[in-house]
Amino acid sequence: MTAPARSAPPTLALVNVSKSFGAVRALQDVTLELHAGEVHALAGENGAGKSTVVKTFAGVHRPDAGEVRADGAAVTFGGPADAQAAGVAVIYQEPTLFPDLSVAENIFMGRQPRAGLGRIDRRAMHAETARLFERLGVPLDPRQPARGLSIADQQVVEIAKAISRDARVLIMDEPTAALTGQEVARLFAVTRTLREQGCAVLFISHRLEEIFELCQRVTTLRDGGFVGTDLVADLTPDDLVRRMVGRDLDALYPKQDVTPGEIALKVRRLTREGAFTDVSFDVRRGEIVALAGLVGAGRSEVARALFGVDRWDAGTVEVDGRALPPGSPTAAMSAGLALVPEDRRQQGLVMDMSIERNMGLTQLKALRRATGRGGLISRRVERDRAADWGLRLQLKYSRLSDAVGVLSGGNQQKVVLAKWLATEPAVLIVDEPTRGIDVGTKAEVHRLLSELAARDLAVLMISSDLPEVLGMADRVLVMHEGRLTAEIPRADATEESVMAAATGRPGNGKAA
Amino acid sequence: MTVVAESPARPGADGPPGGGRRLVEMALRARELSILGALAVLVVGTTIANPRFLSGQGVKDIFLNASILVLLAVGQSMVVVTRNIDLSVGSVVGLVAFSAGRFAAGGDRNIVLVLLVGVAIGLVCGLVNGLLVSFCRVPALVVTLGTLYVIQGLDYRIAHGDQIGAAELPSAVLKLGTDGVLGVPYLPLITVVVMLAVGYYLRSYSSGREFYAIGSSPEAALLAGVPIRRRVLTAYLVSGALAGLAGVLWLARFGTVVADAAHGWELKVVSAVVVGGIAITGGVGTVYGAALGALLLTTIGSVLVVLKVDSFWQDAITGVLLLLAISVDRLLALRVTRALKQRSLESTVHREGRS
Repeated sequence: MTAPARSAPPTLALVNVSKSFGAVRALQDVTLELHAGEVHALAGENGAGKSTVVKTFAGVHRPDAGEVRADGAAVTFGGPADAQAAGVAVIYQEPTLFPDLSVAENIFMGRQPRAGLGRIDRRAMHAETARLFERLGVPLDPRQPARGLSIADQQVVEIAKAISRDARVLIMDEPTAALTGQEVARLFAVTRTLREQGCAVLFISHRLEEIFELCQRVTTLRDGGFVGTDLVADLTPDDLVRRMVGRDLDALYPKQDVTPGEIALKVRRLTREGAFTDVSFDVRRGEIVALAGLVGAGRSEVARALFGVDRWDAGTVEVDGRALPPGSPTAAMSAGLALVPEDRRQQGLVMDMSIERNMGLTQLKALRRATGRGGLISRRVERDRAADWGLRLQLKYSRLSDAVGVLSGGNQQKVVLAKWLATEPAVLIVDEPTRGIDVGTKAEVHRLLSELAARDLAVLMISSDLPEVLGMADRVLVMHEGRLTAEIPRADATEESVMAAATGRPGNGKAA
Repeated sequence: MTVVAESPARPGADGPPGGGRRLVEMALRARELSILGALAVLVVGTTIANPRFLSGQGVKDIFLNASILVLLAVGQSMVVVTRNIDLSVGSVVGLVAFSAGRFAAGGDRNIVLVLLVGVAIGLVCGLVNGLLVSFCRVPALVVTLGTLYVIQGLDYRIAHGDQIGAAELPSAVLKLGTDGVLGVPYLPLITVVVMLAVGYYLRSYSSGREFYAIGSSPEAALLAGVPIRRRVLTAYLVSGALAGLAGVLWLARFGTVVADAAHGWELKVVSAVVVGGIAITGGVGTVYGAALGALLLTTIGSVLVVLKVDSFWQDAITGVLLLLAISVDRLLALRVTRALKQRSLESTVHREGRS
């Protein structure tokens, strides 16, 4: 792949941009040029400043120094509306839609097709939306409300929005984090079409293989600083990782070999109507068992049921030989189960609460007991414990009293882990433990999981990241449409065998 | 990931599932229909108990009584749809009723002029609320609670223990409360026109839809370039102006006005709006629903009088209705969300299977 000729000025560019939030330097002297007909990758660990770049392009932030240029001329975006007017469309990591409004209204908010007297022409709006979806190859109903759409479909709506705007610059902030392989392929096809039509695309992803598959050039940031812009063709994945991390990376999947011990979690014929059917498996102490499958196969639902968030309709669950009642998280916790949920922002953490308080949430009882002061919680004990966990998990923070929301994704995940590890669980269930986490921290989370297993913890890991599943698991359980379709030992697990089972094709895996 | 999922097409699962929209529309219509149903049951039941209830005068009274509450509910709807609230409307009605009365009594004033003065006072109150909420980012509950007391205090200060009597008012003002066109009194006429105008604007105009967008997701609205502050300010201006208009109508209808006219009406209005299906968290509901809610509450009041039930029951019944409405909303929202999720899941699985 060669870069297109550079006769025209870049469609959109940051030139020597710096931006600080209080004492935190988010960007320092960053230059980034987006050219028409090119997909440009932005790489960097979490906290490197990628989101700030995105928000500067989007008109949400204004640079402290340096300038934004459109077609070579300096521009000032006073707000998102200005950026949109300049042809910039942004697809955020977490799509931001109006849940109560129809899909069509979401796409055309503020610029609906008009009939006489400035009225909204609903029929034209719905027809136009249907046309957009047809172009994208998705059968969504324009009149359907956005509430309840899967993340992939929400992203489709965002892309449709961008296309309908005739955006000249499309910025995608980790669009693939929640997508299945097939949805990613669909997204890439659309992106390539837009590129060929002369759109400038900025693409952010933690999956390096996606950068190599889709992008022509890549700009790397590290700790808010500009590392460099390279042709993707000139780099190897290792080069890129080195640029992002600034050091050579230890093995990404540091799985220690263990001899599995007693059965810690025993699940038999577990069924929840409409979610999963007849699921049976064991997890032994010291073992990491991965639960693989496509999004929507029922994996998270199994985890939620095990932990008592949802009730199961039939079957049994035993933790260390003790039967668990359905539908009681309290019983699950006291039996020794811990769940690190998929969505840490919504389910795993209280974002506005401090680090120490978040960590203390699972141990309020213990904290009360520790003080012996008639049920009051000692903030000192809470802080000491939090500091201790912070050290053990190599948490990067400035003050324990800071809100969890200011931490990077990887560090947030560590706080969730600390919160649950502090309960000294027998079985740890982790749902997508490294989604949206940068490579450096990913390796740390993996090392942590491996260490925990080595210390006799039973780990059930739900993951859509195939390399992670293959790299970390002693055994791989695969689900397809609510049923367990295969159990594959580490030695036999390959991308092919897992995907075969995940898509319901008879494969090499031994049927469960 | 470079793997591509493949699997044979599932038979019997062709075409996109399109029931999601119908489900939601049904849920929304259900609110308006069930209020209409409740109204019908109420009216029929009361008429059986006391046939005079449905006499021409009885119906006229209900509509006259409901007009002011409906008008306020329409203004409140606009504010609540943006995920805000306006608690000051009761005080504004009181202030306007009194000061417009004082103004009208000062000479043989033209009724249009009196209306303009009332609306202008309302607009000023709305402006203060709107500026504080949208530009100073103070939570609406606190701001309007504050202005509720300030405006009330102002009202008492102006009134100074006095009252306006019907005898002092020019006949043009009193005629507004009693006369009408072709037998239809002015008050409900004005209210219906305002309701239709606001309802049409909110549904059919781009800027009208933005009110819903703001209430549905403020973050998304910001990113979509919706002028949030301007819209929220507009909502308060409309609410204030309509409260001003309602104040003049109050004066015209009752003739005699003391300083604490419409005292406590803000909660009545909010109740009517919520009973009428406007989500207190914004983004959902129509002014027609809110108007029906106001009509229902007023009718219940009249029914209790006709049935000679102690009037203090009215508040209790309003409360029960409110709780019922909120519970139904919650239940419905859960149901609808679950159904939509299920549908989305099915369609995803279906798609995964097909391509």
